[in-house]
Amino acid sequence: MSAAGRNSQKGTRWTAIACAGVVAGMTGLAFASVPLYNLFCKATGFDGTPRVGAAPTASADAASKPLRVRFDTNVAPNLTWRFQPEVTSVDAVPGETKTVFFKVTNTGSKPATGIAAFNVQPGLMGSYFVKVECFCFTEHTLQPGESADYPLVFYVDQGLRKDPDIGDLSEMTLSYTYFVSRNGSPQAAAEGTATGTGTRTNF
Amino acid sequence: MATAAAHAGHDAHDDHKPSFFARWFLSTNHKDIGTLYLLFAFFAGCVGAFLSFGIRMEMEAPGLQYFSNPQTYNVFVTGHGLIMVFFMVMPALIGGFGNWFVPLMIGAPDMAFPRMNNISFWLTVAGFCSLVCSLFVEGAPGAAGAGTGWTVYPPLSSSGHPGPAVDFAIFSLHLAGAGSILGAINFITTILNMRAPGMTLHKMPLFAWAELVTAFLLLLSLPVLAGAITMLLTDRNFGTTFFAPEGGGDPILYQHLFWFFGHPEVYVMILPAFGIVSHVIATFSKKPVFGYLAMAYAMVAIGVVGFVVWAHHMYTVGLSLQTQSYFVFATMVIAVPTGVKIFSWIATMWGGSIRFTAAMHWAVGFIFLFTVGGVTGVVLANSAVDKYLHDTYYVVAHFHYVLSLGAVFIIFCGIYYWFPKMTGRVIPEWAGKLHFWLAFIGANVLFFPMHFLGLAGMPRRYADYPEAFAPWHKVATWGGHIFALGMVVFIIGVIIAFRSSKRAADNPWGEGATTLEWTLSSPPPFHQYETLPQIVDEPAH
Repeated sequence: MSAAGRNSQKGTRWTAIACAGVVAGMTGLAFASVPLYNLFCKATGFDGTPRVGAAPTASADAASKPLRVRFDTNVAPNLTWRFQPEVTSVDAVPGETKTVFFKVTNTGSKPATGIAAFNVQPGLMGSYFVKVECFCFTEHTLQPGESADYPLVFYVDQGLRKDPDIGDLSEMTLSYTYFVSRNGSPQAAAEGTATGTGTRTNF
Repeated sequence: MATAAAHAGHDAHDDHKPSFFARWFLSTNHKDIGTLYLLFAFFAGCVGAFLSFGIRMEMEAPGLQYFSNPQTYNVFVTGHGLIMVFFMVMPALIGGFGNWFVPLMIGAPDMAFPRMNNISFWLTVAGFCSLVCSLFVEGAPGAAGAGTGWTVYPPLSSSGHPGPAVDFAIFSLHLAGAGSILGAINFITTILNMRAPGMTLHKMPLFAWAELVTAFLLLLSLPVLAGAITMLLTDRNFGTTFFAPEGGGDPILYQHLFWFFGHPEVYVMILPAFGIVSHVIATFSKKPVFGYLAMAYAMVAIGVVGFVVWAHHMYTVGLSLQTQSYFVFATMVIAVPTGVKIFSWIATMWGGSIRFTAAMHWAVGFIFLFTVGGVTGVVLANSAVDKYLHDTYYVVAHFHYVLSLGAVFIIFCGIYYWFPKMTGRVIPEWAGKLHFWLAFIGANVLFFPMHFLGLAGMPRRYADYPEAFAPWHKVATWGGHIFALGMVVFIIGVIIAFRSSKRAADNPWGEGATTLEWTLSSPPPFHQYETLPQIVDEPAH
């Protein structure tokens, strides 16, 4: 084969290898998108992911219009728990720290471990709703008939009133759903739950 | 563009054909693999059309007539969508015409990796088999098949379908996706390394440009789909929670990943059609295509911008106003290069010596109908309008205008244009024209009323509807019958071509057909370009 032929064969091989590299890279990026997306949601409050942070530094501006925060509680069908907030809503002035208790009771006959997933509506509130302390950060195990009161400490960031999209918002909803804990909280894995993990077909 | 200055004749010893089994099952010849792809696309298209007939028959009147269970109706919708996208349009335009004509047009003896080409084809067939299997195993409790829509969104595709049907569907997409990725690598390598001496990228025919851009889109987008559906698979079977909120996942992430693939995918389906229509318009106007470089780079621009507009499929998930504004703007930007193409086709025809052959009918029909679909696309690009029309029949009408009346019209256009070259036989022109008019009228009667249904609020993926929607649904079903009649004419035309003794000339279209495939015999020899063609500049360019 001529020198040109050999060159073209070498070029062919390198083009194919580069293409395979692109495929591998894009596959890697697809999987990397999971932690990146989580990080992005947590950092920006994207898609109704409430932020987690320390208590507010600035004191509340009493003149600011309060925001009514409604609470919505749900339990996944395969978890026999009762789950209610002590009040259905509170009025929070942006910057003011609020504490609300939620009562959880295991009404079933077996001990069960649950974890609460959470979300705010409208989704854009995610970047202004800051949780200082929440029972939803960890999983909980309840014996049959056992009850517990779990606290939520939060504040609404004062930046809300300056937001061009939702600056004049008067109400929002914080929604929780208790699920059977499958592999613990997203951050800290915990093994050995009572109601059988990974039984996907049950619900 | 350029033409072949001279081309050596082919000796008879080029034409050693292997035995039947070796030729068609172990094929490494780009033309044979192209033929296999086209036959497979026709077969899969028949299955997909059968499913769409189930849909149209059911929708002819309110209430449930043919389906005992609306879930089964959704299984038909899902099967129709997946088959038409992955096993009809893509195999026909990329695997079929791409394999046949990219090497011929760039003056290459074959594809860069002939064996990989064979693997690509059989992976696609295996994927199709897996999808057909999914129709017959349990999906949602008590019903067979995956009724998730072609988007396979969780949680419907995870907790909503505990049975193995969705696993089969995911596996099917994995196989078809792997086949397409290997095919894309093959096209890129062939086009970048095996062009005939003198054929620079800027002299390469537009169809080869289209396949090159398409291959890059596949290479960048399909791995993301593969990743997303793999995560879905492990969510379903191995207890991961990528898209399950109870484990910290987010179902919206799946939508982002899916549409990061899904939007480039719609350009994967239409760009090869853009390439074909450019050649057909130029051939039958007896003029070189207007604005060749702008046409090539418009396709590149569509490909690039196509990657940054995906969330216009997701305006209803709660994006911030700024994010929506960006996606509205970026989406509308795509109308610019697309407009460049539409106007260049019209300018090519302008002042040309136009011959209204069957292929030209399909090409001109395509320009008209694709523009209608493009206009409704610009309407839907507005997030405020889209929130009203999201998941309605308006969207169904829009994407059938660009795909069913766009890509599918050009598949037929390509068949009528290249059939003499591929087979050496001639489909009678009257059959192609009659087929066109039946398809043109049928498809418009079928899909145009869907705009009205969508504006009136008829949602997608429902087997039943209120009485008020009945008249337009009935009209749409008549359109479906007319379109099907056109398919019968097509099949008759092909049968006549093979039964008649008429043989095609090497260049049946005469002066306007300037690309290299017309310098070969019809059908081309089993191995072509033993001596590579030399490309010289045309003086009047």
